[in-house]
Amino acid sequence: MIDKKTLEHIGKLAKIELDDKDIDEFLPQLQSILDLFDEINSVETETVEPTFHVFGLKNVFREDDVKPSLDREDVLKNVPKKEKDYVKSPKIL
Amino acid sequence: MHNDEKPRVFQSYPEIEDLPMHENPQPNEINPDSDVIIGLEIHVQLNKLKSKLFCGCSTSYHNSEPNTHTCPVCLGLPGSLPALNKKAVEFGIKVALALECKLLDQTLFYRKNYFYPDLPKGYQISQYDFPLAKDGRVTITTDAGEKVIRINRVHIEEDPAKLMHIGGMGHSKYTLVDYNRSGMPLLEIVTEPDLRSPKEARRFLDKLRSILDYLDVFDGNLEGAMRIDANISLKGGGRTEVKNISSHKGVEKALLYEKTRHKNLRMKNIHIKRETRHYDEQRGITILLRTKEEEEDYRYFPEPDIPLMNVKEWETRLRNEIPELPDAKRQRFIKEYGIKEEHARSLTSDIAIANYFEIISKEIDPSVAASWIADVVKGELNYRDINIKESNLTADKMIRILKKFVLGEITDRNMVELIREIIDSGKDPEEIIKKRGFGKVGEDEVLLLVKKVIEENPDAVKDYRNKNDKALNYLVGKVMALSKGRSDPKEVINLLRKYI
Ligand SMILES: [Zn+2]
Repeated sequence: MIDKKTLEHIGKLAKIELDDKDIDEFLPQLQSILDLFDEINSVETETVEPTFHVFGLKNVFREDDVKPSLDREDVLKNVPKKEKDYVKSPKIL
Repeated sequence: MHNDEKPRVFQSYPEIEDLPMHENPQPNEINPDSDVIIGLEIHVQLNKLKSKLFCGCSTSYHNSEPNTHTCPVCLGLPGSLPALNKKAVEFGIKVALALECKLLDQTLFYRKNYFYPDLPKGYQISQYDFPLAKDGRVTITTDAGEKVIRINRVHIEEDPAKLMHIGGMGHSKYTLVDYNRSGMPLLEIVTEPDLRSPKEARRFLDKLRSILDYLDVFDGNLEGAMRIDANISLKGGGRTEVKNISSHKGVEKALLYEKTRHKNLRMKNIHIKRETRHYDEQRGITILLRTKEEEEDYRYFPEPDIPLMNVKEWETRLRNEIPELPDAKRQRFIKEYGIKEEHARSLTSDIAIANYFEIISKEIDPSVAASWIADVVKGELNYRDINIKESNLTADKMIRILKKFVLGEITDRNMVELIREIIDSGKDPEEIIKKRGFGKVGEDEVLLLVKKVIEENPDAVKDYRNKNDKALNYLVGKVMALSKGRSDPKEVINLLRKYI
Protein backbone atom coordinates (compact mmCIF):
# COMPACT_ATOMS: atom_id res chain seq x y z
CA MET A 1 0.00 0.00 0.00
CA ILE A 2 1.23 3.48 -0.84
CA ASP A 3 0.70 6.09 1.86
CA LYS A 4 0.70 9.87 1.96
CA LYS A 5 4.26 10.01 3.31
CA THR A 6 5.65 7.92 0.43
CA LEU A 7 3.85 10.05 -2.10
CA GLU A 8 5.25 13.21 -0.57
CA HIS A 9 8.73 11.68 -0.71
CA ILE A 10 8.30 10.80 -4.39
CA GLY A 11 7.11 14.33 -5.06
CA LYS A 12 10.16 15.74 -3.32
CA LEU A 13 12.52 13.53 -5.35
CA ALA A 14 10.84 14.65 -8.58
CA LYS A 15 10.91 18.29 -7.41
CA ILE A 16 7.11 18.51 -7.73
CA GLU A 17 5.13 20.39 -5.10
CA LEU A 18 2.04 18.48 -3.97
CA ASP A 19 -0.80 19.96 -1.96
CA ASP A 20 -3.49 17.93 -0.17
CA LYS A 21 -5.79 18.08 -3.18
CA ASP A 22 -3.02 16.64 -5.43
CA ILE A 23 -2.32 13.89 -2.93
CA ASP A 24 -5.99 12.90 -2.75
CA GLU A 25 -6.01 12.75 -6.53
CA PHE A 26 -2.73 10.86 -7.07
CA LEU A 27 -2.87 8.36 -4.20
CA PRO A 28 -5.55 6.11 -5.74
CA GLN A 29 -3.94 6.44 -9.21
CA LEU A 30 -0.52 5.33 -7.99
CA GLN A 31 -2.13 2.62 -5.90
CA SER A 32 -3.81 1.16 -8.97
CA ILE A 33 -0.47 1.20 -10.84
CA LEU A 34 1.18 -0.63 -7.93
CA ASP A 35 -1.69 -3.14 -7.89
CA LEU A 36 -1.04 -3.85 -11.54
CA PHE A 37 2.64 -4.49 -10.76
CA ASP A 38 1.60 -6.81 -7.93
CA GLU A 39 -0.35 -8.76 -10.48
CA ILE A 40 2.67 -8.94 -12.80
CA ASN A 41 4.84 -9.93 -9.83
CA SER A 42 2.57 -12.88 -9.11
CA VAL A 43 3.72 -14.59 -12.34
CA GLU A 44 6.21 -17.37 -11.71
CA THR A 45 9.56 -16.21 -13.26
CA GLU A 46 12.05 -18.51 -11.53
CA THR A 47 13.26 -19.97 -14.81
CA VAL A 48 13.01 -16.82 -16.93
CA GLU A 49 16.05 -14.68 -17.65
CA PRO A 50 15.66 -10.97 -16.93
CA THR A 51 15.26 -8.71 -19.94
CA PHE A 52 17.35 -5.58 -19.86
CA HIS A 53 17.17 -4.76 -23.54
CA VAL A 54 14.47 -6.03 -25.82
CA PHE A 55 16.71 -6.40 -28.90
CA GLY A 56 19.25 -8.59 -27.12
CA LEU A 57 22.14 -6.46 -28.34
CA LYS A 58 25.50 -6.94 -26.64
CA ASN A 59 28.87 -5.21 -26.68
CA VAL A 60 28.08 -2.12 -28.71
CA PHE A 61 31.04 0.24 -28.68
CA ARG A 62 32.60 3.10 -30.59
CA GLU A 63 36.31 3.72 -31.12
CA ASP A 64 38.09 6.40 -29.11
CA ASP A 65 37.93 9.06 -31.83
CA VAL A 66 37.40 12.77 -31.29
CA LYS A 67 34.54 14.49 -33.11
CA PRO A 68 34.06 18.26 -33.22
CA SER A 69 32.14 19.74 -30.31
CA LEU A 70 29.39 22.34 -30.68
CA ASP A 71 30.16 26.04 -30.96
CA ARG A 72 29.75 27.66 -27.61
CA GLU A 73 27.45 30.26 -29.10
CA ASP A 74 25.04 27.50 -30.11
CA VAL A 75 25.39 25.76 -26.76
CA LEU A 76 24.45 28.88 -24.83
CA LYS A 77 21.74 30.02 -27.26
CA ASN A 78 18.89 28.34 -25.37
CA VAL A 79 20.29 28.78 -21.90
CA PRO A 80 17.88 30.95 -19.90
CA LYS A 81 20.52 32.47 -17.61
CA LYS A 82 24.23 32.77 -18.27
CA GLU A 83 27.23 34.67 -17.00
CA LYS A 84 30.74 34.88 -18.52
CA ASP A 85 30.09 31.92 -20.84
CA TYR A 86 28.93 29.76 -17.94
CA VAL A 87 25.42 28.45 -17.41
CA LYS A 88 23.96 30.17 -14.37
CA SER A 89 21.92 28.15 -11.92
CA PRO A 90 20.51 28.52 -8.42
CA LYS A 91 22.90 27.43 -5.68
CA ILE A 92 22.12 24.03 -4.23
CA LEU A 93 24.20 22.55 -1.46
CA MET B 1 29.79 -14.09 -9.21
CA HIS B 2 28.79 -17.56 -10.35
CA ASN B 3 27.87 -18.18 -13.93
CA ASP B 4 24.32 -19.01 -13.03
CA GLU B 5 23.79 -15.83 -11.08
CA LYS B 6 21.60 -13.56 -13.17
CA PRO B 7 21.23 -9.83 -12.92
CA ARG B 8 18.54 -8.65 -10.57
CA VAL B 9 17.42 -5.08 -10.57
CA PHE B 10 16.59 -4.48 -6.95
CA GLN B 11 19.61 -5.37 -4.99
CA SER B 12 21.03 -3.26 -2.24
CA TYR B 13 23.90 -1.05 -3.28
CA PRO B 14 27.14 -2.66 -2.10
CA GLU B 15 28.43 0.20 -0.03
CA ILE B 16 31.23 -0.07 2.42
CA GLU B 17 29.70 -2.17 5.16
CA ASP B 18 28.50 -0.66 8.35
CA LEU B 19 30.35 -2.16 11.20
CA PRO B 20 28.44 -4.32 13.60
CA MET B 21 26.91 -2.07 16.21
CA HIS B 22 27.42 -3.03 19.80
CA GLU B 23 27.33 -1.20 23.09
CA ASN B 24 29.16 2.09 22.80
CA PRO B 25 32.57 1.31 24.27
CA GLN B 26 33.75 3.60 27.03
CA PRO B 27 36.25 6.21 25.88
CA ASN B 28 39.15 4.51 27.63
CA GLU B 29 38.47 1.30 25.72
CA ILE B 30 39.33 2.99 22.44
CA ASN B 31 42.69 2.07 21.04
CA PRO B 32 43.62 4.88 18.67
CA ASP B 33 45.95 2.62 16.74
CA SER B 34 43.54 -0.14 15.81
CA ASP B 35 40.03 1.11 16.40
CA VAL B 36 39.89 3.64 13.59
CA ILE B 37 38.16 2.20 10.55
CA ILE B 38 38.66 3.84 7.18
CA GLY B 39 37.46 3.02 3.68
CA LEU B 40 38.03 5.03 0.51
CA GLU B 41 36.20 5.65 -2.74
CA ILE B 42 38.53 6.97 -5.41
CA HIS B 43 37.37 8.61 -8.63
CA VAL B 44 39.98 8.43 -11.35
CA GLN B 45 39.53 10.44 -14.50
CA LEU B 46 40.74 8.43 -17.51
CA ASN B 47 42.06 11.61 -19.09
CA LYS B 48 44.56 9.84 -21.34
CA LEU B 49 41.65 8.78 -23.54
CA LYS B 50 41.13 11.06 -26.51
CA SER B 51 37.34 11.31 -26.33
CA LYS B 52 34.74 11.35 -23.56
CA LEU B 53 32.90 8.28 -22.26
CA PHE B 54 29.73 8.46 -24.37
CA CYS B 55 30.48 11.08 -27.04
CA GLY B 56 33.26 12.25 -29.35
CA CYS B 57 34.04 15.45 -27.43
CA SER B 58 37.73 15.85 -26.70
CA THR B 59 39.01 15.16 -23.18
CA SER B 60 41.61 17.94 -23.48
CA TYR B 61 39.56 20.70 -21.95
CA HIS B 62 41.75 21.47 -18.97
CA ASN B 63 43.14 24.74 -20.31
CA SER B 64 40.09 25.72 -22.34
CA GLU B 65 37.35 28.28 -22.01
CA PRO B 66 34.16 27.06 -20.30
CA ASN B 67 31.55 25.18 -22.33
CA THR B 68 33.74 24.72 -25.41
CA HIS B 69 33.93 20.89 -25.25
CA THR B 70 30.29 19.85 -25.33
CA CYS B 71 27.75 18.24 -27.63
CA PRO B 72 24.11 17.09 -27.41
CA VAL B 73 25.17 13.88 -25.59
CA CYS B 74 27.21 15.43 -22.78
CA LEU B 75 24.75 18.32 -22.50
CA GLY B 76 21.92 15.82 -22.09
CA LEU B 77 19.84 17.33 -24.89
CA PRO B 78 16.62 15.44 -25.69
CA GLY B 79 16.99 12.71 -28.29
CA SER B 80 20.75 12.28 -27.90
CA LEU B 81 22.08 8.77 -27.38
CA PRO B 82 25.23 7.61 -25.56
CA ALA B 83 27.80 5.59 -27.56
CA LEU B 84 30.26 3.83 -25.27
CA ASN B 85 34.00 4.41 -25.75
CA LYS B 86 35.55 0.94 -26.13
CA LYS B 87 38.93 2.05 -24.90
CA ALA B 88 37.42 3.39 -21.67
CA VAL B 89 36.20 -0.12 -20.90
CA GLU B 90 39.63 -1.52 -21.81
CA PHE B 91 41.38 0.98 -19.53
CA GLY B 92 38.94 0.10 -16.75
CA ILE B 93 39.65 -3.60 -17.18
CA LYS B 94 43.41 -3.01 -17.11
CA VAL B 95 43.12 -1.08 -13.85
CA ALA B 96 40.84 -3.77 -12.39
CA LEU B 97 43.28 -6.53 -13.32
CA ALA B 98 46.25 -4.56 -11.97
CA LEU B 99 44.31 -4.34 -8.67
CA GLU B 100 43.88 -8.13 -8.84
CA CYS B 101 40.10 -7.86 -9.23
CA LYS B 102 37.90 -10.48 -10.88
CA LEU B 103 35.98 -9.44 -13.98
CA LEU B 104 32.27 -10.20 -14.02
CA ASP B 105 30.83 -12.35 -16.80
CA GLN B 106 28.28 -9.70 -17.48
CA THR B 107 28.45 -6.02 -16.69
CA LEU B 108 25.99 -3.19 -17.34
CA PHE B 109 25.23 0.47 -16.81
CA TYR B 110 22.50 1.95 -14.62
CA ARG B 111 20.91 5.36 -14.29
CA LYS B 112 21.51 7.05 -10.97
CA ASN B 113 18.76 9.61 -10.64
CA TYR B 114 19.12 12.96 -8.91
CA PHE B 115 18.61 16.60 -9.77
CA TYR B 116 21.66 18.78 -9.59
CA PRO B 117 23.01 21.49 -11.91
CA ASP B 118 26.12 19.41 -12.67
CA LEU B 119 23.98 16.69 -14.20
CA PRO B 120 22.14 17.91 -17.31
CA LYS B 121 20.15 14.69 -17.92
CA GLY B 122 18.79 14.44 -14.37
CA TYR B 123 20.70 11.18 -13.98
CA GLN B 124 24.27 9.97 -14.08
CA ILE B 125 25.12 6.93 -16.16
CA SER B 126 26.97 4.75 -13.67
CA GLN B 127 27.17 1.13 -12.57
CA TYR B 128 25.40 -0.56 -9.66
CA ASP B 129 24.86 -4.30 -9.46
CA PHE B 130 27.26 -6.03 -11.85
CA PRO B 131 30.11 -3.54 -11.89
CA LEU B 132 33.06 -4.09 -14.20
CA ALA B 133 35.06 -5.99 -11.55
CA LYS B 134 35.05 -7.03 -7.90
CA ASP B 135 37.22 -8.40 -5.10
CA GLY B 136 40.74 -7.12 -5.64
CA ARG B 137 43.70 -6.28 -3.43
CA VAL B 138 46.55 -3.82 -3.11
CA THR B 139 49.58 -4.38 -0.89
CA ILE B 140 50.87 -1.34 0.96
CA THR B 141 53.83 -0.83 3.26
CA THR B 142 52.95 0.34 6.75
CA ASP B 143 55.18 0.98 9.74
CA ALA B 144 54.32 -2.54 10.88
CA GLY B 145 55.25 -4.16 7.55
CA GLU B 146 53.28 -5.12 4.47
CA LYS B 147 49.51 -5.04 4.58
CA VAL B 148 46.82 -6.09 2.11
CA ILE B 149 43.96 -3.66 1.49
CA ARG B 150 40.99 -5.35 -0.18
CA ILE B 151 39.26 -3.70 -3.11
CA ASN B 152 35.48 -4.06 -3.08
CA ARG B 153 34.79 -3.07 -6.67
CA VAL B 154 35.85 -1.09 -9.73
CA HIS B 155 33.19 0.50 -11.90
CA ILE B 156 32.87 2.98 -14.78
CA GLU B 157 30.76 6.12 -14.73
CA GLU B 158 30.52 9.55 -16.33
CA ASP B 159 31.91 12.63 -14.64
CA PRO B 160 29.42 15.39 -13.84
CA ALA B 161 29.98 19.01 -14.96
CA LYS B 162 32.07 21.39 -12.93
CA LEU B 163 30.40 23.89 -10.63
CA MET B 164 31.92 27.25 -9.81
CA HIS B 165 31.06 29.50 -6.92
CA ILE B 166 32.45 32.97 -7.34
CA GLY B 167 33.88 34.20 -4.07
CA GLY B 168 33.72 30.68 -2.57
CA MET B 169 30.95 28.22 -1.81
CA GLY B 170 29.82 30.08 1.31
CA HIS B 171 29.54 33.53 -0.24
CA SER B 172 28.28 33.16 -3.78
CA LYS B 173 24.53 33.45 -4.28
CA TYR B 174 24.36 31.25 -7.36
CA THR B 175 26.23 28.54 -9.21
CA LEU B 176 28.05 28.75 -12.55
CA VAL B 177 28.24 25.55 -14.58
CA ASP B 178 30.96 24.50 -17.04
CA TYR B 179 29.93 21.36 -18.95
CA ASN B 180 33.41 20.67 -20.37
CA ARG B 181 33.92 17.99 -17.70
CA SER B 182 30.46 16.51 -18.21
CA GLY B 183 30.74 12.96 -19.58
CA MET B 184 34.47 12.54 -18.87
CA PRO B 185 35.29 8.85 -18.32
CA LEU B 186 35.67 8.06 -14.63
CA LEU B 187 36.63 4.92 -12.78
CA GLU B 188 35.38 4.51 -9.26
CA ILE B 189 37.55 2.30 -7.08
CA VAL B 190 36.07 1.31 -3.72
CA THR B 191 38.16 -0.23 -0.94
CA GLU B 192 36.94 -2.41 1.90
CA PRO B 193 37.19 -0.67 5.30
CA ASP B 194 40.65 -2.17 5.87
CA LEU B 195 42.60 1.00 6.58
CA ARG B 196 43.39 1.71 10.21
CA SER B 197 44.88 5.18 10.22
CA PRO B 198 44.93 8.40 8.15
CA LYS B 199 48.56 7.60 7.37
CA GLU B 200 47.65 4.18 5.99
CA ALA B 201 45.00 5.85 3.84
CA ARG B 202 47.66 8.12 2.39
CA ARG B 203 50.03 5.20 1.80
CA PHE B 204 47.26 3.37 -0.02
CA LEU B 205 46.56 6.36 -2.25
CA ASP B 206 50.25 6.79 -3.06
CA LYS B 207 50.44 3.13 -4.06
CA LEU B 208 47.27 3.33 -6.14
CA ARG B 209 48.52 6.44 -7.88
CA SER B 210 51.80 4.69 -8.63
CA ILE B 211 49.97 1.70 -10.18
CA LEU B 212 47.76 4.01 -12.26
CA ASP B 213 50.83 5.88 -13.51
CA TYR B 214 52.44 2.58 -14.52
CA LEU B 215 49.31 1.69 -16.49
CA ASP B 216 49.45 5.05 -18.28
CA VAL B 217 45.68 5.52 -18.11
CA PHE B 218 45.65 8.96 -16.58
CA ASP B 219 47.65 12.10 -16.02
CA GLY B 220 47.46 12.65 -12.29
CA ASN B 221 48.82 16.17 -12.57
CA LEU B 222 45.71 17.48 -14.30
CA GLU B 223 43.16 19.20 -12.11
CA GLY B 224 40.49 16.81 -10.83
CA ALA B 225 42.28 13.69 -12.09
CA MET B 226 41.83 11.90 -8.77
CA ARG B 227 39.07 12.79 -6.29
CA ILE B 228 38.57 10.90 -3.08
CA ASP B 229 35.67 10.28 -0.71
CA ALA B 230 36.89 9.06 2.67
CA ASN B 231 34.74 7.11 5.17
CA ILE B 232 35.74 6.96 8.80
CA SER B 233 34.36 5.55 12.04
CA LEU B 234 35.61 4.52 15.43
CA LYS B 235 34.87 0.94 16.41
CA GLY B 236 31.24 0.74 17.46
CA GLY B 237 30.51 4.33 16.43
CA GLY B 238 28.69 6.03 13.56
CA ARG B 239 30.38 6.63 10.24
CA THR B 240 31.00 9.92 8.49
CA GLU B 241 32.01 10.48 4.90
CA VAL B 242 34.24 13.35 3.74
CA LYS B 243 33.53 14.05 0.08
CA ASN B 244 35.58 15.15 -2.86
CA ILE B 245 39.11 15.61 -1.51
CA SER B 246 41.59 16.31 -4.27
CA SER B 247 44.98 15.42 -2.78
CA HIS B 248 46.50 12.53 -0.84
CA LYS B 249 47.76 14.94 1.79
CA GLY B 250 44.26 16.42 1.99
CA VAL B 251 42.82 12.96 2.67
CA GLU B 252 45.28 12.36 5.48
CA LYS B 253 44.57 15.76 7.04
CA ALA B 254 40.78 15.47 6.68
CA LEU B 255 40.85 12.01 8.28
CA LEU B 256 43.07 13.20 11.14
CA TYR B 257 40.60 15.99 11.76
CA GLU B 258 37.64 13.57 11.69
CA LYS B 259 39.40 11.04 13.92
CA THR B 260 39.92 13.71 16.58
CA ARG B 261 36.38 15.00 16.18
CA HIS B 262 34.91 11.50 16.60
CA LYS B 263 37.05 10.89 19.68
CA ASN B 264 36.08 14.16 21.31
CA LEU B 265 32.39 13.47 20.69
CA ARG B 266 32.74 10.02 22.19
CA MET B 267 34.48 11.41 25.26
CA LYS B 268 31.44 13.60 25.77
CA ASN B 269 29.24 10.55 25.15
CA ILE B 270 27.66 12.15 22.10
CA HIS B 271 26.46 9.73 19.43
CA ILE B 272 28.12 10.23 16.04
CA LYS B 273 25.48 10.54 13.36
CA ARG B 274 25.83 9.17 9.87
CA GLU B 275 26.61 12.24 7.77
CA THR B 276 28.37 13.64 4.74
CA ARG B 277 31.00 16.31 5.23
CA HIS B 278 33.12 18.64 3.12
CA TYR B 279 36.85 19.18 3.64
CA ASP B 280 37.88 22.82 3.70
CA GLU B 281 41.47 22.61 2.50
CA GLN B 282 42.36 26.16 3.48
CA ARG B 283 41.12 25.93 7.03
CA GLY B 284 42.03 22.24 7.45
CA ILE B 285 38.62 21.34 8.89
CA THR B 286 35.57 19.35 7.79
CA ILE B 287 32.11 20.92 7.54
CA LEU B 288 28.70 19.23 7.66
CA LEU B 289 27.03 18.96 4.25
CA ARG B 290 24.03 16.75 4.98
CA THR B 291 22.85 14.09 7.39
CA LYS B 292 21.78 10.58 6.45
CA GLU B 293 18.11 11.54 6.67
CA GLU B 294 18.63 14.05 3.88
CA GLU B 295 20.54 11.57 1.67
CA GLU B 296 19.18 11.18 -1.80
CA ASP B 297 17.25 8.17 -2.94
CA TYR B 298 18.85 7.44 -6.29
CA ARG B 299 16.26 5.05 -7.77
CA TYR B 300 18.80 3.13 -9.83
CA PHE B 301 17.53 1.28 -12.88
CA PRO B 302 19.31 -0.32 -15.86
CA GLU B 303 20.35 2.18 -18.58
CA PRO B 304 18.16 1.21 -21.55
CA ASP B 305 20.36 3.05 -24.09
CA ILE B 306 23.49 0.96 -23.54
CA PRO B 307 23.45 -2.77 -24.24
CA LEU B 308 24.90 -5.32 -21.82
CA MET B 309 28.61 -6.03 -21.95
CA ASN B 310 30.28 -9.42 -21.96
CA VAL B 311 33.89 -8.31 -21.90
CA LYS B 312 35.48 -11.05 -19.86
CA GLU B 313 36.79 -12.52 -23.09
CA TRP B 314 39.08 -9.49 -23.40
CA GLU B 315 40.84 -10.47 -20.18
CA THR B 316 43.78 -12.42 -21.66
CA ARG B 317 44.51 -9.83 -24.32
CA LEU B 318 44.39 -6.93 -21.86
CA ARG B 319 46.36 -8.79 -19.18
CA ASN B 320 49.16 -9.11 -21.73
CA GLU B 321 49.17 -5.34 -22.20
CA ILE B 322 49.72 -4.66 -18.49
CA PRO B 323 53.34 -3.61 -17.91
CA GLU B 324 55.52 -4.77 -15.05
CA LEU B 325 53.90 -3.22 -11.94
CA PRO B 326 55.64 -1.58 -8.94
CA ASP B 327 55.88 -4.68 -6.72
CA ALA B 328 57.29 -6.86 -9.50
CA LYS B 329 59.69 -4.15 -10.60
CA ARG B 330 60.92 -3.72 -7.04
CA GLN B 331 61.70 -7.44 -6.75
CA ARG B 332 63.49 -7.39 -10.09
CA PHE B 333 65.56 -4.32 -9.15
CA ILE B 334 66.74 -6.03 -5.97
CA LYS B 335 67.64 -9.21 -7.85
CA GLU B 336 69.00 -7.76 -11.06
CA TYR B 337 70.89 -4.74 -9.74
CA GLY B 338 71.66 -5.94 -6.22
CA ILE B 339 70.42 -2.70 -4.68
CA LYS B 340 68.94 -2.23 -1.21
CA GLU B 341 65.24 -3.02 -0.76
CA GLU B 342 64.64 0.47 0.59
CA HIS B 343 66.20 2.01 -2.51
CA ALA B 344 64.29 -0.35 -4.81
CA ARG B 345 61.04 0.62 -3.13
CA SER B 346 61.73 4.30 -3.47
CA LEU B 347 62.83 4.06 -7.11
CA THR B 348 59.90 1.90 -8.24
CA SER B 349 57.22 3.99 -6.53
CA ASP B 350 57.45 6.34 -9.53
CA ILE B 351 57.60 4.81 -13.01
CA ALA B 352 59.52 7.78 -14.43
CA ILE B 353 62.17 7.49 -11.70
CA ALA B 354 62.38 3.72 -12.18
CA ASN B 355 63.04 4.17 -15.91
CA TYR B 356 65.53 6.96 -15.17
CA PHE B 357 67.43 4.66 -12.83
CA GLU B 358 67.56 1.86 -15.39
CA ILE B 359 69.01 4.15 -18.07
CA ILE B 360 71.67 5.48 -15.69
CA SER B 361 72.53 2.00 -14.41
CA LYS B 362 73.69 1.01 -17.86
CA GLU B 363 76.73 3.24 -17.34
CA ILE B 364 77.06 3.70 -13.58
CA ASP B 365 77.38 1.19 -10.73
CA PRO B 366 73.68 0.57 -9.87
CA SER B 367 74.22 0.87 -6.09
CA VAL B 368 75.84 4.29 -6.53
CA ALA B 369 73.12 5.39 -8.96
CA ALA B 370 70.33 4.05 -6.70
CA SER B 371 71.62 5.85 -3.67
CA TRP B 372 72.04 9.21 -5.41
CA ILE B 373 68.66 9.03 -7.14
CA ALA B 374 66.64 7.66 -4.21
CA ASP B 375 68.34 9.60 -1.41
CA VAL B 376 69.14 12.90 -3.07
CA VAL B 377 67.44 13.51 -6.42
CA LYS B 378 63.98 12.39 -5.26
CA GLY B 379 64.23 14.59 -2.19
CA GLU B 380 65.22 17.62 -4.26
CA LEU B 381 62.33 16.97 -6.67
CA ASN B 382 59.83 16.58 -3.82
CA TYR B 383 61.09 19.77 -2.23
CA ARG B 384 60.43 21.63 -5.48
CA ASP B 385 57.19 19.71 -6.10
CA ILE B 386 58.22 18.72 -9.64
CA ASN B 387 58.75 15.36 -11.32
CA ILE B 388 61.89 14.12 -13.01
CA LYS B 389 60.59 14.94 -16.48
CA GLU B 390 59.92 18.53 -15.45
CA SER B 391 63.39 18.89 -13.96
CA ASN B 392 66.50 19.79 -15.94
CA LEU B 393 68.40 16.82 -14.60
CA THR B 394 68.30 14.56 -17.64
CA ALA B 395 69.61 10.99 -17.39
CA ASP B 396 72.51 12.03 -19.61
CA LYS B 397 73.55 14.85 -17.25
CA MET B 398 73.19 12.55 -14.25
CA ILE B 399 75.44 9.97 -15.92
CA ARG B 400 78.06 12.65 -16.64
CA ILE B 401 78.23 13.90 -13.05
CA LEU B 402 78.07 10.42 -11.51
CA LYS B 403 81.06 9.40 -13.64
CA LYS B 404 83.03 12.30 -12.17
CA PHE B 405 81.84 11.37 -8.67
CA VAL B 406 82.89 7.75 -9.08
CA LEU B 407 86.35 8.91 -10.22
CA GLY B 408 86.61 11.00 -7.07
CA GLU B 409 86.58 14.27 -8.95
CA ILE B 410 83.65 15.73 -7.01
CA THR B 411 83.01 15.49 -3.27
CA ASP B 412 79.70 14.28 -1.79
CA ARG B 413 78.84 17.73 -0.58
CA ASN B 414 79.51 19.39 -3.91
CA MET B 415 77.52 16.69 -5.73
CA VAL B 416 74.43 17.76 -3.79
CA GLU B 417 75.08 21.42 -4.65
CA LEU B 418 75.67 20.51 -8.27
CA ILE B 419 72.43 18.50 -8.50
CA ARG B 420 70.50 21.40 -7.00
CA GLU B 421 71.98 23.90 -9.42
CA ILE B 422 71.37 21.72 -12.48
CA ILE B 423 67.73 21.26 -11.43
CA ASP B 424 67.26 25.00 -10.83
CA SER B 425 69.26 26.52 -13.67
CA GLY B 426 69.32 23.81 -16.31
CA LYS B 427 72.94 24.71 -17.06
CA ASP B 428 75.47 22.18 -18.23
CA PRO B 429 77.14 20.34 -15.34
CA GLU B 430 80.63 21.06 -16.70
CA GLU B 431 79.89 24.77 -16.80
CA ILE B 432 78.66 24.77 -13.18
CA ILE B 433 81.63 22.72 -11.99
CA LYS B 434 84.02 25.19 -13.56
CA LYS B 435 82.22 28.32 -12.42
CA ARG B 436 81.57 27.20 -8.85
CA GLY B 437 84.93 25.44 -8.54
CA PHE B 438 83.28 22.12 -7.68
CA GLY B 439 86.12 20.10 -9.16
CA LYS B 440 88.10 18.42 -6.38
CA VAL B 441 91.29 20.21 -5.40
CA GLY B 442 94.35 18.32 -6.68
CA GLU B 443 96.53 16.40 -4.19
CA ASP B 444 99.43 18.83 -4.49
CA GLU B 445 97.16 21.75 -3.76
CA VAL B 446 95.68 20.01 -0.70
CA LEU B 447 99.14 19.38 0.62
CA LEU B 448 100.00 23.05 0.23
CA LEU B 449 96.86 24.01 2.13
CA VAL B 450 97.58 21.50 4.91
CA LYS B 451 101.09 22.88 5.33
CA LYS B 452 99.73 26.42 5.35
CA VAL B 453 97.18 25.58 8.06
CA ILE B 454 99.82 23.84 10.22
CA GLU B 455 102.03 26.89 9.93
CA GLU B 456 99.30 29.39 10.74
CA ASN B 457 97.79 27.53 13.72
CA PRO B 458 100.64 26.61 16.06
CA ASP B 459 98.37 26.50 19.14
CA ALA B 460 95.98 23.99 17.63
CA VAL B 461 98.92 21.91 16.39
CA LYS B 462 100.30 21.88 19.92
CA ASP B 463 96.92 20.85 21.35
CA TYR B 464 96.70 18.03 18.85
CA ARG B 465 100.13 16.80 19.79
CA ASN B 466 98.81 16.75 23.38
CA LYS B 467 96.15 14.30 22.21
CA ASN B 468 93.32 16.80 21.86
CA ASP B 469 91.11 15.42 19.05
CA LYS B 470 89.02 18.56 18.88
CA ALA B 471 92.12 20.38 17.69
CA LEU B 472 92.36 17.99 14.73
CA ASN B 473 88.75 18.71 13.77
CA TYR B 474 89.51 22.40 13.97
CA LEU B 475 92.47 22.04 11.62
CA VAL B 476 90.47 19.87 9.17
CA GLY B 477 87.82 22.57 9.16
CA LYS B 478 90.42 25.21 8.31
CA VAL B 479 91.71 23.21 5.34
CA MET B 480 88.19 22.50 4.12
CA ALA B 481 87.35 26.20 4.32
CA LEU B 482 90.45 27.21 2.38
CA SER B 483 89.66 24.66 -0.33
CA LYS B 484 86.01 25.80 -0.33
CA GLY B 485 84.83 22.30 0.50
CA ARG B 486 86.50 20.77 -2.50
CA SER B 487 88.80 18.42 -0.65
CA ASP B 488 88.10 15.03 0.85
CA PRO B 489 88.07 15.27 4.68
CA LYS B 490 89.60 11.78 5.03
CA GLU B 491 92.47 12.74 2.81
CA VAL B 492 92.99 15.96 4.81
CA ILE B 493 93.07 14.05 8.11
CA ASN B 494 95.68 11.67 6.75
CA LEU B 495 97.84 14.51 5.53
CA LEU B 496 97.53 16.44 8.79
CA ARG B 497 98.51 13.35 10.80
CA LYS B 498 101.45 12.79 8.52
CA TYR B 499 102.82 16.32 8.69
CA ILE B 500 102.20 17.26 12.31
ZN1 LIG C 1 30.03 15.57 -25.89
